Order: sequence, then structure tokens, then C-alpha cells
Amino acid sequence: MLLEVRDLHVEFTTRDGVAKAVNGVDYSVEEGETLAVLGESGSGKSVTAQAVMGILDVPPGRIAGGEILFKGRDLLRMKEEERRRIRGAEMAMIFQDALSALNPVLTVGKQLGEMYEVHRGMSRKDARAKAVELMDRVRIPAAKQRVGDYPHQFSGGMRQRIMIAMALALEPSLIIADEPTTALDVTVQAQVMDLLAELQRELNMGLILITHDLGVVADVADKIAVMYAGRIVEAAPVHEIYKAPAHPYTRGLLDSIPRLDQKGQELYAIKGLPPNLLRIPPGCAFNPRCPMAQELCRSDVPPLYPVTESPVARASACHFWKECLHG
Amino acid sequence: MPDPERPEPAGYDPVGPRPKEAVSPTGQGGPMDLALDEAESVEGIEKTAGPGASGPRERARSLWSDAWHQLRRNPVFIVSAALILFLVLIAIWPQLIASGDPLQCDLSKSQQGSAPGHPFGYDTQGCDVYTRTVYGARASITVGVCATLGAALLGSALGGLAGFFGGWGDSLLSRVADIFFGIPVVLGGLVFLSVVTSTTVWPVVGFIVLLGWPQIARIARGSVITAKQNDYVQAARALGAGNARMLLRHVAPNAVAPVIVVATIALGTYIALEATLSFLGVGLRPPTVSWGIDISNAASQIRNAPHMLLWPAGALSITVLAFIMLGDAVRDALDPKLR
Repeated sequence: MLLEVRDLHVEFTTRDGVAKAVNGVDYSVEEGETLAVLGESGSGKSVTAQAVMGILDVPPGRIAGGEILFKGRDLLRMKEEERRRIRGAEMAMIFQDALSALNPVLTVGKQLGEMYEVHRGMSRKDARAKAVELMDRVRIPAAKQRVGDYPHQFSGGMRQRIMIAMALALEPSLIIADEPTTALDVTVQAQVMDLLAELQRELNMGLILITHDLGVVADVADKIAVMYAGRIVEAAPVHEIYKAPAHPYTRGLLDSIPRLDQKGQELYAIKGLPPNLLRIPPGCAFNPRCPMAQELCRSDVPPLYPVTESPVARASACHFWKECLHG
Repeated sequence: MPDPERPEPAGYDPVGPRPKEAVSPTGQGGPMDLALDEAESVEGIEKTAGPGASGPRERARSLWSDAWHQLRRNPVFIVSAALILFLVLIAIWPQLIASGDPLQCDLSKSQQGSAPGHPFGYDTQGCDVYTRTVYGARASITVGVCATLGAALLGSALGGLAGFFGGWGDSLLSRVADIFFGIPVVLGGLVFLSVVTSTTVWPVVGFIVLLGWPQIARIARGSVITAKQNDYVQAARALGAGNARMLLRHVAPNAVAPVIVVATIALGTYIALEATLSFLGVGLRPPTVSWGIDISNAASQIRNAPHMLLWPAGALSITVLAFIMLGDAVRDALDPKLR
């Protein structure tokens, strides 16, 4: 197993109290596998990723419990210096907005080369040659001429390719992509996702794809973890979940995708708002918005019920997953 | 941010530091205005690019080259820079325009008006006012430049570290800075400098640094805090950069502009402060030649011999004005929001 997150808890101390951003998340990624983490803003998907990368802002953030096993070693027990050497070399992250994630005062060649200077101790000249190689690899046209350009001289899609190149520079075994295509327009989105998927296959990397776009997920992911209020509410292989969701929240997400045959009708939306993380409702966190909620949902927190064990593992954190699955 | 696609106007003459190579249409022998450390690798690029590989491309503009481009067309900058260049030259080589000795005086000519070879007349001691005004630039520029460098280095180092790491060190530094802010400049000068017996410029420089660093530290702290919240600093961390690399390579270059602006404007006020302290008799002392000392000596004789006051005071005003104008121009160029 490449990465295994076990019962992770993350809290943020705020002026109004302790916000529980992640409440016992379990997920795992194998080499060459793509896990899509799906959820609304504030569901804890990015915070989980930051905890894995070790770039959580501490304080106000705090890892309150759990384990993050990377190649069998618990990252949370490592010394900071050791983690720093892993970051970038063995696990890397792709950020949402490449324009703000690239340093405006350094040329892209310098930023790409920096990876080799920091981790491999290469000379500037060699690092620059490697930077050109990387830019070719993510198919930036005229890489040799553009290596000395600044980030603002590239288009959005090209900038995201540069972000991908930076993440891939040292051929890490795990990549976390935090909404890599959200800031791009639709045609470019597909190109960037295809590139990412292709490079992943080539290098046999594990990929955690954080997104709220179900359309992106269907094409590239192997399995999906749906998060709500800091918990995983449903985990399943990608095709199973599209066929028959086993959690009312997942069902709501799927129903809110616009479809061609719904022309002229009002688009479905899950009513209500995501819960305030300072005051997560008792019982199932989704119960105030759930169309199937009953008394049990308001009192008891649902565990992650196994839905099927084989041939594929599926789980749902709904007391009434059977009704949801078949209804 | 400037429009990246903006084409260069025809006849644009590249001057100044630009870390970008120009590729000629033929792919060989492009303009050799390259940054030094990139010259080698660029040669390789030009050889392999081949004819017709790319047309003449617009030049990369970093914040700095863009600011420089803007500055060069600003008349305020040209005037102030020319003045400052002149002042610096005569501060280093006053003999260039004054052949006399500022300390060679003839009491018999006390307070006389202008005479052939002595256009500004004589002061109470019979010294040539023109020569003394020219030589006075040295003290003012030395104090201004050294005090600004000292305050900027100390202030940005302390403020930058405090802003980057935060925590109790930050709180402590901010309170210490508040204490120094609370010291009244003239009163503090009278107290601290009246016990000093040295006749060099260093006690004055030291005092100005002592009072000047908190201002720079506040600016540096604020702009480092802003810069460190940028995604690219997080990204650098996620890709394995350590604290030193993040601070020096990713935060500092993006936080330094406001510090430069404030320091440039402060330089003018530091020169005025030196003159104030010298006027009060606690700044520079004779035999150092200083505009402040001359203004002080001339002030009581203003009705008998106003020329003794006007020339050094005029020189002081123009110098302070030049530095403040330069600071203004630099601020306009470095702050994209003001464009």
C-alpha cells in the first residue's frame, strides 16, 4: 500500500471555538491508482490533503489523532527535516490556481530547476537543462525558448502544465492534485486531465484527485471517496457509485449534474447549507439536509457500513444505505 | 501586472537589467544583452533554434525591469536622479567644482558679500561660503546613505524574520519597535548625542539608525506577512523547500519593494534630521563641514549677512527634495496599483 490514512482528525482553533475540519478519515491509494476525493467546500478534502503533505498551518491547525502511513511509515511521527526531504521528491502537490502558485518574480525555468537544486544538488546549468526537458515532457511548445519566461507570460493551461511539471520533476510515487482544473476553461480542462492521467500511467504513480467536479472524476478515477463535514460518507469504485449511490448525499450530488434531457427544467440542488464545523449536528451530519432522514439519523452517528466486500469494496455511512441503494 | 502580450513599441532600446534573452529571427547572433549567468546556456539555445524557429518575441518583463522601464520615462525620476548623481559626485570629489579649502579662512573678510572667485561671499569667520557649501554635501550624503543602509538592513532583517516566523519573537520585536517609536527624535538626539565627544559622523549615523529601524521593520514585517500567504510559498513548501529557501527566494523578492520605497523617502528625511541635530549643536561638530553647522552659525546673522544662511539652506532643501522626489518616483514605479 502506497498511502494509507487511518482515522485522521484535524482541528482548527478559531476565535469562536474549535472547528473540527476532519473527523476520522480513512482512505488508501495504491501505486498507479487514482482516488478521487469529492465534496463541497469545507468538507475537509483539502485539509486532509494538506495534512498528508505536511503543509497544514500549525497553529491554528492541529492534527488531533490518526496515522498517515506512507510506504508503511507513519509521516506524523517523522522529524520535520525527514518529511521535508520526502516532500517534492516522493510526494508532490498540484495546486488549483497555477498563477498564484507560481512565484511571479522567478522565471519558470528557475522554479522548475529549483526542484533539482534543492533535492539533487544540481548546478544551475544542469537544472536549467532539466527544466527544458520537463517542459517538453508536459508538451509546452518551444520549451527551449520559453524556459526564461515569467509565469504571467503563459496562458492558464500552460501554467497548469508547468505546475504539473514541477510536481513530476523528481518522479514522486504520490501526487495530490487539489482541484487541478477548476481555474481552467472546459476545453483546456480535458487536455490537462488527459496529460495528468497519461503521466500517471507512465510513472505508475498514485494520484489523489481532489475535486467537486463529478464530470472530471468519471473519466480518470479508479475509486471515489465522498466527504461531508470532515468524514467519508461513501467510498466506492467509480462505476458502482455512478450506477447506484448508497448515500443520499452522493445521490444529491449526482442529481445536481445538469443533463441534456432536462432542458428547461430547474436544476436540482441539495437544499440547505453545509454544516458549521464549530457545531456539527448530532447524529448523522447530513441529517438536516437529507430527504430520507429519520429519528435514528438525528441521534446516532452512522458508522461506515460495508455495502459489498467482493468483488469490490464499497462502504456507506448511512443507516439506510439499503433503501438508498435500491430506491 | 502588465499586459504580457503587449508588443514592444518600435525602436525600443533595451537598457537595464532584463533576465530575458532575445532570440533573433535568424536564430543566430541575437542582441548580446544577456544577463551574465545565462549567457552560456542561451548560446546553446540559439544554435539549436535554427532559422525561422521563432520570430522576434516580446521581452519578458519582471517587476523590476518593468519598474525600470517606467522610471526611465518619468521626468520626476530623471530630474531627481540627475541631482542626486551630481550631489554624490561632489560629495566624493568636491575638488571638481571647488578649488579652495573650506577650512582656510580670512577673518578680515568676515561676512563680506560675493567677490570675484568667491561667488557666495564669506561667512563670519571669513571662510568661503561656496567652498563650504560644496564640501558640506559630503557630510550630508554620508550620513543619509549610511543611516539609510543601516536602518534598512537592520529593520528589514528583524521585521522580515518576525513576520515570517511570527509567534512570541514577533510580539517581542513589535513591542520593542513601539518603544523606539515613542522616543521623540529631537529630544532623544539632545540627550544621547550631547554625551558623545567624537567629531566623526558615526554617532549621528548610529543614532538615526537606532530611531529609524522600527519604521522599516514595520513595513518589512507587514509585506513579508502578505507575501508568505501567497500560494507559491505553500507550493514551494509542498515541493520540499526549507525555511531559508522559502524566505530568501520566494518571500523576500516579493516583499522588498515597499521597503525600498520607504527607505528612499527616509533618506531625504535623515539628511534633514542630521542638519537639525547639527543645528542644535549635538550632530556633527567642527571641523567637519556640514550644512547644519553653517546654518546654525548663520542664523543669528540673518539681518547682517543673509547670504551666509541662504546658500547652505538652499543646498540642504534641494538635496532633501531630490531624495524625496526619487522615493516618490520609485513608489509609483513599484506599486502597480498606482499606475
